Amino acid sequence: MNAPVASTPPRKLRVATVSLAGCFGCHMSLLDIDERLFDLVERVEFDRSPLTDIKTVGEHDRCDIGLVEGGLCNAENVEVLRAFRDRCTVLVAVGACAITGGLPALRNHLDVGTVLQSVYGRVPDDPELPLPLNRVLPIHEVVHIDHALPGCPPPADAFWQLLQDLMAGRAPASAPGLIRYD
Amino acid sequence: MSAVDPTFDLDGQPVPLQPGDTILSAAARAGLDIPHLCWSDEVSGSASCRLCTVLADGRPVAACVTPAVAGQKVECRTASLATQRLRLLQMLFVEGNHFCPGCEKSGNCVLQVQAERAGMTALHFEALNPERPVDASHPDVLFEPNRCILCQLCVRASDEIDGKRVFAIGGHGIATRLLIDSPSGRLGDSALSVHDRAAHICPVGALLPKRVGFAVPIGRRRFDNEDTRG
Repeated sequence: MNAPVASTPPRKLRVATVSLAGCFGCHMSLLDIDERLFDLVERVEFDRSPLTDIKTVGEHDRCDIGLVEGGLCNAENVEVLRAFRDRCTVLVAVGACAITGGLPALRNHLDVGTVLQSVYGRVPDDPELPLPLNRVLPIHEVVHIDHALPGCPPPADAFWQLLQDLMAGRAPASAPGLIRYD
Repeated sequence: MSAVDPTFDLDGQPVPLQPGDTILSAAARAGLDIPHLCWSDEVSGSASCRLCTVLADGRPVAACVTPAVAGQKVECRTASLATQRLRLLQMLFVEGNHFCPGCEKSGNCVLQVQAERAGMTALHFEALNPERPVDASHPDVLFEPNRCILCQLCVRASDEIDGKRVFAIGGHGIATRLLIDSPSGRLGDSALSVHDRAAHICPVGALLPKRVGFAVPIGRRRFDNEDTRG
């Protein structure tokens, strides 16, 4: 007779999240999965994220999933995005800004020096300030993206569908009605 | 013996046809959806967007201008055409400046709903972010060229319905743009009236009557409904 197989709980997936040139609205929508957060924390642990205050992505362990909100408006955004790509197995562009540049990209047809001059009265030169890019870029123009979750913000149900698919090892498929751009 | 109505086959469905029908007009009358942007039953066809490309007896044609032929086998919902439609929509998005979250046409926009139906989650291509100054010179109609997809619906409506020919298409390639017939080239100096059909036929947010934006709240817009969104 075979000995009973000891059931070990599945390894928790490591998830990192970040808001680059975004408004944290996508993170708020993730929190809108409400009571499903209890199911989520049974299955995942958070790495770098506004929810943990960890500063460096995947410093000790690689992450399984990286959720990137916001486009790229400065050099620090690019550095953080590249670190996410390096340390996350599956990278997901979350929300209109990550996917298209979003409303921050409205400045793309203006000269960045003129914009800074008109907003601040001078071009700020503090060495701690990251250099702005000439154009606000969607993140797929800088790193490879595995999946995208459109919306402003993506509906909470879209986050939940994506996370359930990834936790089950399936390729994410957006249900009709969960793809929206506003 | 009764005469049998002639039909053609669209993805396995028989579609009755009448004299003068195109594949798209016959399908639309039968309640069958062939994705399209630049077609309207109010004006002549122009085949400018090519979203309605189908295979007619294996040959790719624009369904909006191709005459329907009895007995023909027409394929619309194939995997390869779906990918072609997706790429075409992505190219339309990157060629303009389509910022859905801040656009008053959002929820009523045909480009947006076609992309959602096509499963578009990302742009795929590099955003070109062209520079196209807004023309707000008309007292009642806004022209926002950043959202123009050159479908020519306003061109045809102004010509065929309003009898004014306010609009035309000019330029070549990526520099192709909507022209306005007025001494200054601005909408405010043209013969366009807000009561013209051309002021309302735009499928995107490029030509918008002023002072009615956001009047319909989110949730009650044209494509907020699950049935209309598809």
